[in-house]
Amino acid sequence: MSKKLRVATTSLAGCFGCHMSILDIDERLFPLFDLIEFDRSPLTDIKHCGPCDIGLVEGGVCNAENVHVLHEFRKNCKILIAIGACAINGGLPAQRNHLDLGSCLTEVYLTEPGLLHGHIPNDPELPLPLDKVHPLHEVVKIDYFIPGCPPSADAIWKFLTDLIAGKTPELGHGLIKYD
Amino acid sequence: MNETFQLDGSAVPFEPGQTVMQAALAAGRYIPHLCYHPEFKPHGSCKLCTVKVNGRTVASCTMPAEGGLDVESEIEELNALRRSLVQMLFAEGNHFCPSCEKSGNCVLQALGYDLEVHATGFRHLYPDRPLDASHPDILLDFNRCILCELCVRASSEVDGKNVFALSGRGITKHLIVNAESGKLSDTNIALTDKAMQVCPVGVILPKRVGFSVSIGERRYDQRPISAQALDDAPRQTDASGNCAACEGTP
Amino acid sequence: MGVNCHRTFRSRANDNAMLPDNEIRFDASGQAWLDQLVQRHQNRASQLLQMLREIQEHYGHIPHQIVTELAQRLCIPRARIESVASFYSFLHLKPHGEYRILFSDNITDRMLGSQPLMELMCQQLWLQPGKVSEDSLVSIGTTSCTGMCDQGPALLVNELAITNLNHQRVQEIVHLIRNRTPLGDWPADFFRVEDNIRRSGLLLGNALAPGELLRNALSLGGTNIVESIKASGLRGRGGAGFSTGLKWEACRNAQGSEHYVVCNADEGEPGTFKDRVLLNQQADLVFEGMTLCALAVGARKGFLYLRGEYRYLLEPLQAVLQRRRANKLLGTSILAQAGFDFDIEIHLGAGAYICGEESALIESLEGKRGVPRNRPPFPVTHGYLQQPTAVDNVETFCQAVLALHMGAEQYRTIGTAKSAGSKLVSVSGDCQRPGIYEYPFGVSVREILQDCGAVNTLAVQVSGPSGICVAESEFDRRLGFEDLPTAGAFMIFDDSRDLFEVARNFVHFFAHESCGFCTPCRVGTSILKQTMDKIAAGHGTRYDLSEIENLDRVLQTTSHCGLGRTACNPVLHTLKHFRPSYENKLKSLMFSPAFDLDGSLARARQMTGRDDAGAHLREIE
Repeated sequence: MSKKLRVATTSLAGCFGCHMSILDIDERLFPLFDLIEFDRSPLTDIKHCGPCDIGLVEGGVCNAENVHVLHEFRKNCKILIAIGACAINGGLPAQRNHLDLGSCLTEVYLTEPGLLHGHIPNDPELPLPLDKVHPLHEVVKIDYFIPGCPPSADAIWKFLTDLIAGKTPELGHGLIKYD
Repeated sequence: MNETFQLDGSAVPFEPGQTVMQAALAAGRYIPHLCYHPEFKPHGSCKLCTVKVNGRTVASCTMPAEGGLDVESEIEELNALRRSLVQMLFAEGNHFCPSCEKSGNCVLQALGYDLEVHATGFRHLYPDRPLDASHPDILLDFNRCILCELCVRASSEVDGKNVFALSGRGITKHLIVNAESGKLSDTNIALTDKAMQVCPVGVILPKRVGFSVSIGERRYDQRPISAQALDDAPRQTDASGNCAACEGTP
Repeated sequence: MGVNCHRTFRSRANDNAMLPDNEIRFDASGQAWLDQLVQRHQNRASQLLQMLREIQEHYGHIPHQIVTELAQRLCIPRARIESVASFYSFLHLKPHGEYRILFSDNITDRMLGSQPLMELMCQQLWLQPGKVSEDSLVSIGTTSCTGMCDQGPALLVNELAITNLNHQRVQEIVHLIRNRTPLGDWPADFFRVEDNIRRSGLLLGNALAPGELLRNALSLGGTNIVESIKASGLRGRGGAGFSTGLKWEACRNAQGSEHYVVCNADEGEPGTFKDRVLLNQQADLVFEGMTLCALAVGARKGFLYLRGEYRYLLEPLQAVLQRRRANKLLGTSILAQAGFDFDIEIHLGAGAYICGEESALIESLEGKRGVPRNRPPFPVTHGYLQQPTAVDNVETFCQAVLALHMGAEQYRTIGTAKSAGSKLVSVSGDCQRPGIYEYPFGVSVREILQDCGAVNTLAVQVSGPSGICVAESEFDRRLGFEDLPTAGAFMIFDDSRDLFEVARNFVHFFAHESCGFCTPCRVGTSILKQTMDKIAAGHGTRYDLSEIENLDRVLQTTSHCGLGRTACNPVLHTLKHFRPSYENKLKSLMFSPAFDLDGSLARARQMTGRDDAGAHLREIE
């Protein structure tokens, strides 16, 4: 048996729903584990990505930390896959894109009724938000996309097994979903 | 005996006055389309139905059928173009399918599925398009408008009301309503209007009935649009003017 | 349409609380003025664009309340009026300043320094481009080529052309605006437009008297005129080069209750200004050609569609028409020939390049948005009001008169085998003598360059942005339908110019002028513009070049009309000849975002007051 493919996963501005769908692959994870092993991922708790064959990134890019993580993934993963609606078009977080970031922060931290001594958090530990939420492909080159909110376990399974088998991944009716 | 033209290598009969699209659908042959609707005069703006006629690319919905034409449609070259067009429409508006109540019944989405469009590809324009929720029974979410003008045509040609029109030009083109206030509540639109039924995406929505059909049971959950479109053609309205196939009808 | 307008539109005309700021009070005299206007246009909705133009000339914009009132009078939905008004870039539904300044933004204007002049004017009037000053006095913006490339930089003030801008002239204009000097009192010198004819041929040198040809043509009759024009080999001068005789024949043979003749004077292709000169110098010849065409196709009515940028030509042209009517060259029983009735109406455009496309022009003539029609059917069978219509370019009508006057055989001796006659070339850009040059077809690019005193020439853009970029190795190519078809633009770039910037200017032009009807052109031209801007901003990669190739494929094969189909041409042609001017702007990377990552944290830094290392993003990690 040839060497296992190394796979990293992460969630940026996402809800981990796509990761739940990965887990939903369920008992088929076992044959999948014969073919792949995980590097950086919430499943392994490895904090930084080493050289990988495949990177799966959930969520869009909404702050500076997301940019760092995405760059780390792009640098280390031969194939980078955007998984889920947020990674592909910004999704729910991107619905702030037509608003000015400053007025968002002002409303949430300063003028929202019921706030006492509100201030906009400025701790250097916190990543700063970007003025717009970006889909992954606007920040780095993305090789493949698995749409869905989240994509179903079947869709992820089909996509990954196609890819691992060296075929162009195709989802087809029922598996390709934008919602 | 009817004359015929060739579509992807097999003969399609046609009646005089039919376009390539009309003849193909009548013969049970699917050509992807979006702004074309069997009940209205072909518009030719979305360009999804682009085919090659004798080697030249044209919109099949407006191309008059002629004997002996050699029409190609189901070829990768054209599907690649169609994919790009669908992607352009997704990039142009704010299409967040997970939060759209038209999801599952949306023609744009279903076309994306059929063409295996996995992502927008282009850079999103994220336009600022405020909603119009002024009407007690109807919501307008302009974020999803693809400017197919079906509502404009339905309101003018069927309803005789001219509730909708297009304003601006180029990338700033947008849908407006016929009221001095610019608000839908100041028009004479009614829930029963044809214009309520024809929106292929989630712009014109009746209030309080969203998400009533479960995921898995919606129109395009069941069968791909290529199969549905053939069932619908030619779409006929019933006595009360309703068309069973209009996606707006839950 | 059979729709009761009172039912379809709920009037709220009395509700003054609805009116936005700066709206006019619409009193009895306003009512009377509007009534008169509508009456003068015979209550015809097809005159809508013309009415809107007059309303704007009167009020400076198209007031909200007038839209409502006009809709009621014409019995059309008010949304239709908004729809039409918003299509044309010169029309404004909101107040846009007493003085509306638009700098011509063709690449030739830029090469003559238009941008710093506009910045200067903005600075002195405390104004941002595209905005209206707080006192509603003035707005400053840009517009597509105004056809003054040989005497630029140019601008339009309330649609009147001012040429030869320089530092001093701009400061004088600022002074006049600050003092609210009425336009009529501005120095006449500002508005002087030169013809700059540098080389004449059979057209510009013709000695025909008004009506001379028409007198001879009367005895020929329609069929013989059509046959002669066919035999002359005359082809349309608007660029496409369709046989004029065949067009007239098809129109003549088409069934219809009326036939129409339309002169396309919507000379919008950047870099072209020969029709402007013809309309100024040879108006009689143009109208003679239209009348000849009317005789040939059996039309009683003709239109000259004059681009809004040439508004200043309206009164002189009306005067020529009036004189021709007085001389029985127009009107009923022309030249005493019973049954030969023909008259010409001038329609003005309002800032929409797409209306140069003949079917869009017809839509615009009908008072609609200038969206190109689905074809077939073609205008020769279903044109104005769905009736047979012959649409020809200004120069074509002139050439038709000359072809008939000279005789087909003689005419064919001029030019080349497939391109008979002469061609007016609008020369601009890097040369000593910009202006109008008339040559027999077949003239080489090199010959023109020599005649106009161009040195160190890098490239010539032939026939405008939708045409062809010719590099030095191709300067022996010849103008003509066999090789380099052209509507007449000839923009010269010397070796100090960056051809990438030329292409980027053209791409902006197409995005601005896309009518928005079809998906590929509406969205594709905007994406193309973004991509070119991305490269210009230093964020471009090879990936973007492949994106451009993909966009080109989509635009070229699926667009509704020529605008979209040719929108990528400037990029593809300059990429072919001047790839280094793109490549030296590209990053070595495969991919780079279109935006500045660190810059997109600026707003958050400002809101949080942070400036630590973590508050910044290095672009590449």
